[in-house]
Amino acid sequence: MSDQIKDINEDIRWAKINEDVLRSMENPRMGYWISVVVCLGLLSLAVGAEIYQYKTGIGVANLNWPQMWGLYIATFIFWIGMSHSGTLLSAILHITHADWRKPIYRFAEAMTTFTLMTAGLFPIIHLGRLWNMYWVLPYYSDRGIWPNFRSPLVWDAFAISTYLTSSALFLYIGSIPDLAICRDNARGWRKKLYTLLSLGWRGDDRQWRHFRKAYLVMACFLIPLAVSVHSIVSSDFAMSIMPGWHVTTFPPYFVAGALYSGCAGIITLFVLLRYYFRFEDYMTLAILDKTCKLTFAIAMVWTYLNLIEFSSVWYGHDMVAKELLISKFTGPYSPYFWAMLFFGSVVPFAMAFEKIRRSIRAMFIVSILLNIGMWLERWMIVAPTLSMSYEPFAFDVSWPSWVQWFIVLGSFGWFGLLFLIFVKIIPSVSMYEVKEMVFHRRHLAHKAIAEVMHQRTGDAKPVGGAGLEGAKP
Amino acid sequence: MSLENILTDWSRYRKGLEQGGFHDYEHMWGMVIDLDKCTGCGACVVACYAENNLAVVGKDRFADGHAMHWLRIERYWDEPDLGEGRVAEYQHHGASFLPMHCQQCNAATCEPVCPVAATYHTPDGLNAQVYNRCIGSRYCSNNCPYRLRYFNFFSYYESSWPAPLHMQLNPDLTVRDKGVMEKCTFCVQRIRAAKDKAQMEDRKLTDGEFQPACVQTCPTSAMTFGDILDLHNPGKGVENTRAAALWRKHEVELGKTRQTKQDPDLRGYRIFEGLNTDPKVLFLERVREV
Repeated sequence: MSDQIKDINEDIRWAKINEDVLRSMENPRMGYWISVVVCLGLLSLAVGAEIYQYKTGIGVANLNWPQMWGLYIATFIFWIGMSHSGTLLSAILHITHADWRKPIYRFAEAMTTFTLMTAGLFPIIHLGRLWNMYWVLPYYSDRGIWPNFRSPLVWDAFAISTYLTSSALFLYIGSIPDLAICRDNARGWRKKLYTLLSLGWRGDDRQWRHFRKAYLVMACFLIPLAVSVHSIVSSDFAMSIMPGWHVTTFPPYFVAGALYSGCAGIITLFVLLRYYFRFEDYMTLAILDKTCKLTFAIAMVWTYLNLIEFSSVWYGHDMVAKELLISKFTGPYSPYFWAMLFFGSVVPFAMAFEKIRRSIRAMFIVSILLNIGMWLERWMIVAPTLSMSYEPFAFDVSWPSWVQWFIVLGSFGWFGLLFLIFVKIIPSVSMYEVKEMVFHRRHLAHKAIAEVMHQRTGDAKPVGGAGLEGAKP
Repeated sequence: MSLENILTDWSRYRKGLEQGGFHDYEHMWGMVIDLDKCTGCGACVVACYAENNLAVVGKDRFADGHAMHWLRIERYWDEPDLGEGRVAEYQHHGASFLPMHCQQCNAATCEPVCPVAATYHTPDGLNAQVYNRCIGSRYCSNNCPYRLRYFNFFSYYESSWPAPLHMQLNPDLTVRDKGVMEKCTFCVQRIRAAKDKAQMEDRKLTDGEFQPACVQTCPTSAMTFGDILDLHNPGKGVENTRAAALWRKHEVELGKTRQTKQDPDLRGYRIFEGLNTDPKVLFLERVREV
């Protein structure tokens, strides 16, 4: 398999693409049901823990004074971070004409939507009186009370709901042509469902023109939105005055971390989907290779921003922040902090080697390690500052109780469940975009046509001669 | 904070501290704590528990960090350097005590971060906490450099005051349920009662007319409570209070991140003043023989 040099094989037939992708939506096999049961199991753990916490009080999570926030907020940031990769792949790479994204962007976009649906639960779970959570929204009430617009938590509420709405819309708009293909091939209740969902898509010129425009506008809208969402999440910390939180570089640091963990998440799902649905023809090793290179670049940006943060604290001579930094390296949280640095900054160097980049097994493990590192990073932002801030009397280290761990684990179950439902409802590989890509490559393979194609603005130029190999002299 | 307020008072609203906050203060309740007089007896803590219906959480939960002591006596054992690398195990003079309750900062860091504006600044210069509005995001506590906010991690009202102890609960204020943040209010119920009384009698409040429970209880009179609005807006609020006199005497000014006093006999300082929280509790340093 490692001889897959081309992003995609240009000999692939339209019917085969439809067939392969639609097959992934047919009746599930055993592996699917096992995954569903595992996810449901994890989810029920979390639901049980949450009911217990709701009835007894947030103290059962072993949150305490001064550790008022814990894994909930750390995992919240983790999931929000995961959501950024979908936008990276579908929007940023779309407007930069990186067409290798086409076979893998659909599930990345779905990942965006579902990770946001997971992340959005955590701020609610962690509230002391979650039945009043709607008070953070600016609804008109007779009491004339509004939320506090100065609070980053209110900005969070706006940012996340906006992002969730637009990413779900983006996912849906992008799948309309595919849903029409499903409609044409389905029977029974699915036929009715897809007829409804495909909004009368017939694939005529006018529809395509409008579709392209809508898609491009959404892409351009989503990019600044994604950047602002994680910047706003970072201001939950950066707007405070606590050492280790009050850091100017937090917004770019968070955005880099978000793209990083998101790319790692994409690689994990890439491997899983490729394995379960036999998507070897679409999710090729060449594409995996490119995704890994992208991840590696982002990992280095993240590492650099880490170093910036350390050095600015170190040379800044704010004694409290400096003491906290030293404590991160040597104190009670040091094992996790070092693990974060190892997984986040050392492990990605595995992706510097082409052999590893092109190895499905190795990349599966590496991508999971990277995400463990990124989860630790979020925890290492939240916990050490709370354990050691200004007031020496309030120095304390505490370990999250099983309630927190169950809910964190359950969030993975919840995400997995949503994703499992998704792969059976919406094609997880974009059929029409793969066809576009194949069509493009096919034409680029012929020199004469390639020349003409070049002259059209906006078309991808043949890269590195990979597409020209088949050209006849 | 209604939308109308924001739109009409926007400039006033965002000017903040440098113009004396965005309130026309009626009072500015402040405190002076003389650490030289503090013996660390803890009477103020007990008084606070009794006055403010603080939950008694029990030994285990206290150890878990679920205590609700609005006023706590912090103990510090310094380890004076005896030279040649030797460090004394205990300080010769024993522990240092630091009674800590909400510093009622004029530029409170807890206020801007609350998503539902459950904590806000009153015209009395108090940093108020509205229990009914609190949704328990706990951001305020995380952003309090003094860590002086306490959260109801559980419902305590059943276990905390077994009968007949519930009979001693103070009827002037509520008992808080789980999921709500709370903190020292400078005994706001006493402030309200005194203000109402003064209003009924059509007169101004006088100094020493009322005191928070801790000040009232302190056996060595280490704490002095009073209106210090004089320092900020001369001629307003209660005039000539003892608290304001102490602030003046020790040359500590509000709204500064660093005091410029030169005289070493002036013992006044505010905790974490450099963070620009502008706390309204003045501590007078303990004097020791060297």
